[in-house]
Amino acid sequence: MARPGVGVAGKLAVVDNMGARTVRRPVIELKAVTREFKVGTQLVRALNGIDLTIDRGEMVAIIGPSGSGKSTLMNTLGCLDTPSSGSFFLNGHDVSRLSDDQLAETRSRQLGFVFQSYNLLPRETALSNVELPLKYSGGYSARARKEAARKALDRVGLAERYDHRPLQLSGGEQQRVGIARALVQNPDLILADEPTGNLDTKSSQEVITMLKSLNEDDGKTIVIVTHDPEVADATKRIVAFRDGLIIEDRMVNGSPRRSLNQDEVRS
Amino acid sequence: MNFGLLFTTALGSLSSNKLRASLTLLGIVIGVSSVIAMMAVGRGAQVSVTSRISELGTDLITVRPGAQALRFAFFGGGGNSDVVSLGDALSLDDEVFSPNARVIAPENSFSGTATFGRENTFVNGVGVTAEYIEARNLKIASGRNISNIDVQNDSLVAVLGSATSEALFGQRDSVGSTIKISNREFTVVGVLKSQQGTIFNPDNSVLIPITTAYYRMNNGKGPRESISVSAINILAKSEKVVDAARLEISTVLRLNHELDADEEDDFLITTQQDTIETLEGTQGTFVILLGSIAGISLLVGGIGVMNIMLVSVTERTREIGIRRAVGAKRRDILLQFVTEAVMMTFGGGVLGVVAGWAIAHFGNGATVSGDVIETVIEAQIAVLALAVSVAVGLFFGIYPAVRAASLNPIEALRHE
Ligand SMILES: Nc1ncnc2c1ncn2[C@@H]1O[C@H](COP(=O)(O)OP(=O)(O)OP(=O)(O)O)[C@@H](O)[C@H]1O
Ligand SMILES: [Mg+2]
Repeated sequence: MARPGVGVAGKLAVVDNMGARTVRRPVIELKAVTREFKVGTQLVRALNGIDLTIDRGEMVAIIGPSGSGKSTLMNTLGCLDTPSSGSFFLNGHDVSRLSDDQLAETRSRQLGFVFQSYNLLPRETALSNVELPLKYSGGYSARARKEAARKALDRVGLAERYDHRPLQLSGGEQQRVGIARALVQNPDLILADEPTGNLDTKSSQEVITMLKSLNEDDGKTIVIVTHDPEVADATKRIVAFRDGLIIEDRMVNGSPRRSLNQDEVRS
Repeated sequence: MNFGLLFTTALGSLSSNKLRASLTLLGIVIGVSSVIAMMAVGRGAQVSVTSRISELGTDLITVRPGAQALRFAFFGGGGNSDVVSLGDALSLDDEVFSPNARVIAPENSFSGTATFGRENTFVNGVGVTAEYIEARNLKIASGRNISNIDVQNDSLVAVLGSATSEALFGQRDSVGSTIKISNREFTVVGVLKSQQGTIFNPDNSVLIPITTAYYRMNNGKGPRESISVSAINILAKSEKVVDAARLEISTVLRLNHELDADEEDDFLITTQQDTIETLEGTQGTFVILLGSIAGISLLVGGIGVMNIMLVSVTERTREIGIRRAVGAKRRDILLQFVTEAVMMTFGGGVLGVVAGWAIAHFGNGATVSGDVIETVIEAQIAVLALAVSVAVGLFFGIYPAVRAASLNPIEALRHE
């Protein structure tokens, strides 16, 4: 990805001078991120100063009551929204310095977004839905696009469903098409906002198994927003939200996360 | 997104609501086809007028008296100024001063009633010399022309237009018969060929010697040179020297009329080219008027496109959100909607050109309340109509497309 003026090496060097905690940059680094919405004359703070670091290969669940700011966080991570203040580095790049076009390119190449309501184009087949990000990132022949889309659909176990339209698929299958679309550009990061929210237990299970496999077998970094404790427990790390703040950040095996403790000490 | 993808994406969206797209397209089809048909009718009228004038010969130059002659220029009537005389006509027949003038034919008009037995008919009388029929491109069907001997003798002889002859004599040959024109007896010496359909139709006329017309019909006095004429028809030696001839004529007449350098001409010289230009100008206004009326329907069609595109943007807000979320730039969305609009208007333009061409083609020669409609289809108009329909798509599609492109992706995704 071309990002004039935002050299990765330069950023790394700055961090290194400060005494880097890690050799590799984390996939996600949020510092004091806030997001405010103006509703009439009132100011709603959906994010109230979030510090969060997610390393490559992690699988994180974001939990919390309704309205606590989980989706707002995910939209920010997904480069669909930008913070009101604070900083957000994605793969070491300062997202706040990206233009609208560069944000679009980042969405298409560096991450995959999975939605609660699938968000597939209803008139298009599974295959052409999965192709969509490739059409916008350009540089692919029609054949290469189809090939990549087939591979992604095969990966999520939908080899038999290429030409089905969304309404001809079950909810679980639709969500797997959604995952295939997120995978098609082979990004390192998958963001899923309540991916099982509309699914029954069995389909939920399938989707979670799929995401888990992507994390464990393909090494993808995965962030899932969920209300389902079972889903949360299937991940490696749980971040709990309330009122736009992180109130808990722990590993699923019980140990608290170190970096949070450091952050707490600092603040 | 490259152009091919943009095209297939737009086509896909349009075909998902075929009825709507077709109705929108129909608006453009009606607009474009009426522009094409109207322009074809307008141009047809223009071309037929031009060709009728050209039949008279583009080497024809006409001199009329006075500025007031302007008013009569297109009606064939004569001014009542006595500024241009037979003497002027005679002096133009000069190899030295006006070498480019070939045939000089003065004329003097009068009107009256011609009678034979119990038959009578209204005639356009023209006092002429022998040169008249050559200058006006007329042909003798039977008998002979007015000769310059007739002119010298103020003879009571007449050449009848074909319609005049037919009104008085039916199918019989009128040559040799005696008719009365305004109570004077004339011997018919010839009949003109019918020239129906030409712009200056001579069929209702009667030609008599110019001297006879002046001294006997109008009771004029004085020497021949002083006979006032309503026009002098002059043929230039060729079409190329019309302008040179015109200059010579003007010089000779100014000398004759003893005009000072600062005085304006007291005569008016018109060439066929002038007449064609003036009439084409008038007809051009007519074409523009027809075209604008048709253009309004194209405008209405364009507004229809805009309306549908706005509805479409609202309906497809979520789709826009999805596309943006997976990497579409604002420009991609903008181009997608503009492409859809332009595809509709261009498609409508193509069908409209075909329909308009068909209307013009099959309407050619049709009769509407007695008038035969001629149509001329011009390729430029078709190309222009297509260009305009694309422009309409761009113009009316851009606003809805900008609206679509400026949607916030998150809000668009939340849209139901
Ligand atoms: N576009 C917006 N305009 C105004 N307020 C907003 C907007 N988006 C979110 N909010 C507010 O921000 C807060 C957090 O919303 P968010 O959608 O992030 O919650 P959530 O944790 O995802 O909830 P849920 O579990 O119900 O999905 C809420 O109070 C919400 O009303
Ligand atoms: Mg939410």
